[in-house]
Amino acid sequence: MYKQGKYPITEKCAAAKGIFDITVKCPEIAAEAQAGQFAQIAAEGFFLRRPISICDIDKEAGTIRFVFEVRGKGTEKIAELNKGNMIDIIAPLGKGFKVLDADKKALCIGGGIGVPPMVGIAKEYGERAAVISGFRTSAVAILQEDFKTAGCETILCTDDGTAGIHGFVTVALEEYLQSKKPDIIYACGPMPMLKGIVDIAEKYRIETQVSLEQRMACGVGACLGCVCRTVKDGREIYSHVCKDGPVFDSKEVDFNG
Amino acid sequence: MADLRVNVAGVEFKNPVIPASGAFGYGREYEQFYPLSKLGGISVKGTTLHERQGNPGPRIAETPAGMLNSVGLQNGGVDKFLNYELPSLMTKGTRIIANIAGSTVEECAELAGRLNGSAVDMIELNISCPNVKQGGAAFGTDCTIAGQVTRAVKDATDKPLMVKLSPNVTSITDIAKSVEANGADAVSLINTILAMRIDIKTRRPILKNNVGGLSGPAVFPIAVRMVWQVANAVNIPVVGMGGISTFEDAIEMMMAGASAIQIGAAIFSNPYAPIEIIDGMNKWCDQNGVKSISEIVGTVNPF
Ligand SMILES: Cc1cc2nc3c(=O)[nH]c(=O)nc-3n(C[C@H](O)[C@H](O)[C@H](O)COP(=O)(O)OP(=O)(O)OC[C@H]3O[C@@H](n4cnc5c(N)ncnc54)[C@H](O)[C@@H]3O)c2cc1C
Ligand SMILES: Cc1cc2nc3c(=O)[nH]c(=O)nc-3n(C[C@H](O)[C@H](O)[C@H](O)COP(=O)(O)O)c2cc1C
Ligand code: FES
Repeated sequence: MYKQGKYPITEKCAAAKGIFDITVKCPEIAAEAQAGQFAQIAAEGFFLRRPISICDIDKEAGTIRFVFEVRGKGTEKIAELNKGNMIDIIAPLGKGFKVLDADKKALCIGGGIGVPPMVGIAKEYGERAAVISGFRTSAVAILQEDFKTAGCETILCTDDGTAGIHGFVTVALEEYLQSKKPDIIYACGPMPMLKGIVDIAEKYRIETQVSLEQRMACGVGACLGCVCRTVKDGREIYSHVCKDGPVFDSKEVDFNG
Repeated sequence: MADLRVNVAGVEFKNPVIPASGAFGYGREYEQFYPLSKLGGISVKGTTLHERQGNPGPRIAETPAGMLNSVGLQNGGVDKFLNYELPSLMTKGTRIIANIAGSTVEECAELAGRLNGSAVDMIELNISCPNVKQGGAAFGTDCTIAGQVTRAVKDATDKPLMVKLSPNVTSITDIAKSVEANGADAVSLINTILAMRIDIKTRRPILKNNVGGLSGPAVFPIAVRMVWQVANAVNIPVVGMGGISTFEDAIEMMMAGASAIQIGAAIFSNPYAPIEIIDGMNKWCDQNGVKSISEIVGTVNPF
């Protein structure tokens, strides 16, 4: 069930310059939320809500967490909210990641602001997960401690070589797959990165789920605004990121569309 | 508790608040927030004879106090509507307005005929979609063609016919008079206003379709003006929409001459907007000694 309401922010900190990490107390949403789902967050003074992934869920505490980057005026407005303020959200939205049985291993790959959606799913696997994160530079390399605390193996890449592997996540992925075989790959990040990951995953025949982005209005599947090209039962159709996704099976997505 | 019932072209609505076509799908999503039986009616997503995939994305762009869309009538076609959407929708206890569009006059008539005998309460013929190449706004911006398509659909249907008008014209009253003369039982307005946004970093339009339709609070005063002009020009009921987001807006639109109102983009920001508007209207009537909401229709006292 979708819920809309104003909920208190219980924690806020800056994860890096221009990247904020907020925790919101909303027990009825936390109870139903799954890793990979998202929320539509109201930005005061702006007409449309901003879609932001649910980074992590604490069902016991009844909280969910968002990690977002200031990209424009709307996210800048949301970033002005502080601990104690109310935040207006619609959640949980969309389809989350599929979680495999308890003996399976996962590889999570995030690029830039595509890393936050990996926290919840990596935690589902704990020590059975490895996380490859790619960032522009070490100063914006966020969330690595979260993955480590959850017991995950972490592999860090930076475009400029200021930390970890110097290069894109696809380089680290090829290397990883030479010695290990995860049962599933989860990926979120820019389209070219996802395409690169899916090409490699196909070569190694590993099931892959990707989380996509598109400009949204309703966020619930009513306006048909948030399309992406997909193939279903051999037929090309426009699916909707907010309802059919944001998580898609990589085989369904037309990365050239 | 005021009497919120209104009558449009012989169809009684329990209240004048109707989610607009394209903003509410077939009700499945927003039913998770509240029962559809609270609504006066639902104008369903634009339906065409055959399935349509619509335009490539991005289809949405934000604007000051509004948004653009270039969805392009993505829908499953009339068979899917009749076999899958309608059977569920007809159990919800609300009026069903079938919003239809076609690329030729014949197609519009055939489509309307397919709805004969169904549970649909009223047809809303969309001659004003700015996002499709054929039909759509091309019908709604020419008095002669608007009249022809209205006549053809009227002859084909056994339902009350409402024709949805485009604001992208020099004289909306001329179009309204033409559809009235050709058998329209009501008119609804406004559809979206053709508009554009450009990303100054990439120097490319935000919408893949380059242009799209503007809606939301930004268009409200234009919609009020057009509803007022049309209500004064025709003798059939007018259903008003365009930018309504509060009960005050809804009352203003009814005073301008709307017998009922539709709510589109406001629902995206606030899913509860239709319900809050119904509740607000009710209180307003009580506070202002209005026993029946239909008393206020067209009561603006112009200078
Ligand atoms: C399912 C989903 C999950 C997301 N999760 C996160 C997250 O966890 N952390 C994070 O930092 N960002 C996330 N994003 C991206 C985030 O939604 C955008 O950065 C944000 O909408 C930008 O708003 P703005 O007002 O700052 O930018 P502006 O460019 O001023 O926004 C103008 C309009 O464009 C839309 N828009 C701009 N960029 C995007 C984009 N990349 N995706 C969708 N709409 C966009 C805005 O929502 C707004 O309607 C996610 C996007 C989607 C679709
Ligand atoms: C995303 C979106 C899709 C729409 N689809 C349709 C449609 O299929 N048929 C139609 O007649 N109008 C359609 N409209 C127009 C609305 O029904 C309404 O006329 C317009 O948006 C003005 O009202 P508003 O400002 O309250 O949104 C659509 C509007 C939006 C925002
Ligand atoms: S944003 Fe409305 S359908 Fe996805």
